[in-house]
Amino acid sequence: MLLAVLSGFILAFLAPWLTPRLGRAVGWLFGLLPAALFVWFASFIPVVASGETLLFSYPWVPGLDINLTFLLDGLSLLFALLISGIGTFIVIYAGYYLHGEAYQGRFYLLILAFMASMLGLVLSSNLVALFVFWELTSITSYLLIGYHHEEGKARASALQGLFVTVAGGLALLAGLVLLAVAGGSYELSELLTSGDVVREHALYLPLLLLILLGTFTKSAQFPFHFWLPNAMAAPTPVSAYLHSATMVKAGVYLMARLNPTLGGTETWLLLLGLIGATTMLIGSYMALRSTGVKQVLAYSTVMALGTLTMLIGVGTEKAITAAVAFLLAHSLYKGALFMIAGIIDHETGIKDFRELGGLRSAMPLTALFAGIAALSLAGIAPLFGFVAKELMFEAVLEAPAIGTVITLFAVASAMMVVAIAAVIGLRPWFGPRLPTKKTPHEAPPSLLAGPAVLATLGLLFGLLPMLPGQHLLSAAALAVAGEPIEVYLSLWHGFNLPLLLSATSLAVGLLLYWQWSRVQPALARLAAWDHLGPERGYEKVMASIVSISDSHTRLVQNGYLRYYILTIISTLLLLLAWTILTRYPVLPSPDLSGIAPHTFTILAITALAALYAVTTRSRLGAVAALGALGFGVALIYVLFSAADVGITQVLVETITVIMLVLVLFRLPGFLDFTLSGSRLRDGFIAVLFGGTITLILLMTTEVQFFPPISEYFIENSGPLGHGRNIVNVILVDFRAIDTLGEIFVLALAAIGVYAMLKLRAEDRKS
Amino acid sequence: MEFLMASLVGILFASALYMMLRRSIVKLVIGLVLLSNAANLLIFTASGLGSGQPPLIPPGADVPVGAVSDPLAQALILTAIVIGFGVLAFAVVLIHRAYEVVGADDMDQMKDTDT
Amino acid sequence: MRMHSLILRTAGHFLLPLLILFSLWLLLRGHNEPGGGFIGGLVAAAAIALYLFTMDLQAARKALWVDPRNLIGIGLTLAVLSAIPGAVLHGQPFFTSQWWPMTLPLLGEVKLSTPLIFDIGVYLVVIGSVLTIVLFLAEAEE
Repeated sequence: MLLAVLSGFILAFLAPWLTPRLGRAVGWLFGLLPAALFVWFASFIPVVASGETLLFSYPWVPGLDINLTFLLDGLSLLFALLISGIGTFIVIYAGYYLHGEAYQGRFYLLILAFMASMLGLVLSSNLVALFVFWELTSITSYLLIGYHHEEGKARASALQGLFVTVAGGLALLAGLVLLAVAGGSYELSELLTSGDVVREHALYLPLLLLILLGTFTKSAQFPFHFWLPNAMAAPTPVSAYLHSATMVKAGVYLMARLNPTLGGTETWLLLLGLIGATTMLIGSYMALRSTGVKQVLAYSTVMALGTLTMLIGVGTEKAITAAVAFLLAHSLYKGALFMIAGIIDHETGIKDFRELGGLRSAMPLTALFAGIAALSLAGIAPLFGFVAKELMFEAVLEAPAIGTVITLFAVASAMMVVAIAAVIGLRPWFGPRLPTKKTPHEAPPSLLAGPAVLATLGLLFGLLPMLPGQHLLSAAALAVAGEPIEVYLSLWHGFNLPLLLSATSLAVGLLLYWQWSRVQPALARLAAWDHLGPERGYEKVMASIVSISDSHTRLVQNGYLRYYILTIISTLLLLLAWTILTRYPVLPSPDLSGIAPHTFTILAITALAALYAVTTRSRLGAVAALGALGFGVALIYVLFSAADVGITQVLVETITVIMLVLVLFRLPGFLDFTLSGSRLRDGFIAVLFGGTITLILLMTTEVQFFPPISEYFIENSGPLGHGRNIVNVILVDFRAIDTLGEIFVLALAAIGVYAMLKLRAEDRKS
Repeated sequence: MEFLMASLVGILFASALYMMLRRSIVKLVIGLVLLSNAANLLIFTASGLGSGQPPLIPPGADVPVGAVSDPLAQALILTAIVIGFGVLAFAVVLIHRAYEVVGADDMDQMKDTDT
Repeated sequence: MRMHSLILRTAGHFLLPLLILFSLWLLLRGHNEPGGGFIGGLVAAAAIALYLFTMDLQAARKALWVDPRNLIGIGLTLAVLSAIPGAVLHGQPFFTSQWWPMTLPLLGEVKLSTPLIFDIGVYLVVIGSVLTIVLFLAEAEE
């Protein structure tokens, strides 16, 4: 299992190297991996269909008792099969579609890494691992949307998708942590059985809202749906894979996965039901309004994601059955339709439905599969989409609450979907042949394989609905419901209300399509109102983030070093003054007894040298004063028994003066820039600072909280260190690693100096 | 004794800070030199001046005779002095380069990132 | 840069080897008396710097005999290598000191140890760093 998840990553990192070496066959060869994974996952179907849940555990951080656990039940198996199955066709498809592109290797790196992340996401049992994979899909999605990074629009869309999903991801992380707190475990396998505890927990509402924020952004639910159509800037294989069949369903997956733990409450029903239904309606409306091939498909994906969310929210047996069936149906037809959209673009160079027509004769097979997939989208018998749609109608009619509202939404949406399906399935293929940029040909096998298999499966499953039903969907529904439920799928339900609703929506939808050329522009005129939509909100938030950080930077990083220093020192002074005044109100009294005259002289000279360096107007004087100060300090060290330090200070002082002479005299003389007012202010702060340091130093010499650790060094220097100079033994033995760090700093400073001088020499030459 | 040393350290810190608040880069360098001396003396004084012997063990003995001054603080300051030199050298050359690029000994003309 | 003083130049010629020898002596006795890698290195660096002022850049580089940048690398390598014997031979933590007392002809008993190797590393890094800075600054000056 670990290998299954990781193999995608392994191949991903080999891909940039392998791609140019494999040439045209690259798609077919890389396709072998997802295909093998599909077969491997499929081998679990019998076990999982019998209702068993498999757990795979690998030690990850054994010291901390953290394991990498994978959970394989009906739901994760369904997703794993979709990911690897559709992934196979996408990889093959991209081999031809992107052939000759400069970054094909990079594309394979990303798409394979995405596939592995997505597998990890749906298989993880550990919440932390799940979150990591979740974020990995966001990042790979970002890079894939921005694949054509030289286009500004692609970059902007990629960033938008990233910001929306990652902001949601952040909320999700918080929600998952709260969930683990409430449920007492980070393992999904344990959380799934502790639903009652979590639902009763005081944190239920906040954690639910946070998790839903994550899933709604990922699955493009209203009001976050706007990023998905923009994500169509990605190459078509990416749109087909990430933004219709897999990644955007990650949010749906998580909601379905957590249904046994979080679902069943009124809040759950209302939030998911209403937002899902709204998303469904808006998605289909926007799809009907658009004319771009990929735009229409993207909005119809929004519709499907809304439908799934709504069904999970309703949460009845019928609804859950409908949800898993709809999930499968949608992945099949939408994957196929997106790949067909890519074929149209590739063969004709046209991306707009209004300019397409009469392609049936040029590309009969593509037209055929487009027709089948579109029939499934419209929910027309005998396609699998019909089975799913009938179940959906039944579920919303039986919903425990808000049934009327969501039924109305569902019917309205279904009417528009029929029209959309007709636009996709009929318009490009029939009618008069419209001129195209390229002469269209039938697509090659690598492009056609995916649509062919997926569309055919849609038809096959429609005719034999119990084929996926009893093996896979019943196990998936069991996992979503958390308890055994009866799954019965059939093509023919008899004459009942759902069938009537289907028929009505079909009739109205076809009417809409008949008048599409009038309906669409009328709806498109409503775009004038879009500035009130949620995307505007996103733009406003982003703009305000930029302007806030701009003004913040202007304020805090004003570019004046002295104001930085002033701010730091003033803050320090305030804090120190506060502590001193509140805790140690008694000041130590000065004790001047027993000071030798020569000590006093040395200290006085050192202080005077410092003051002279500050006040003099001559640079030579200042450097000389610094030299005097340095030697004074050296003498102080020697006076107080620090021979090594004193010697070092003398030597360094000598070399420092040499260096200052070498450099400072190539700088101009002292200039007085500042006004006397600011000099007064700086002087005041400086004196205050110096005084505070003096005070603190006096206080620290009088307190001793802990015995000094030097005792150890003093006692062991001889026996352990075999040395009689304790300072040196500390430097080269006891604390050798410190010294090592210090000589590295010294070396770095020297190399830095060398580099700067070298650069300067080269500047001069050129 | 501590009082005098503490006063000296205070004077050094005050001088250093005052110089670092000036606009002239040369003064900034002088401030840096003062600051590193001040910091070293601060640690030295805080470790206790006492009247101990140098931290040396007489030949033939295993431990020093009588009280010795704190060897750890001395080791710390010793490396700090050498590193201080390295960092000062780096700062001086950096400032010199900046002066060459900007053409003025004025910090206020170095506040833009793109020159 | 060059100071035209015959006395200084003559003194420089004699002083340089003496100072270098002095720095080595400081380095080797450092474990027992005031001295050690830092101090020895600074003395050697100051000696070359003095030579630089009395003679000229070429002479100083020649007197140093190796590129100071190489000294940094050699010194750091020696310092890091001295950490290894204890770890490899005895499984002790990094930088656990090892002592190999041995008797050499002429010199008598000599204690070879990893702290000594480390101190030599420090010595070389200090010489290398200080002279990299000083010599290249002097070069920039010309």
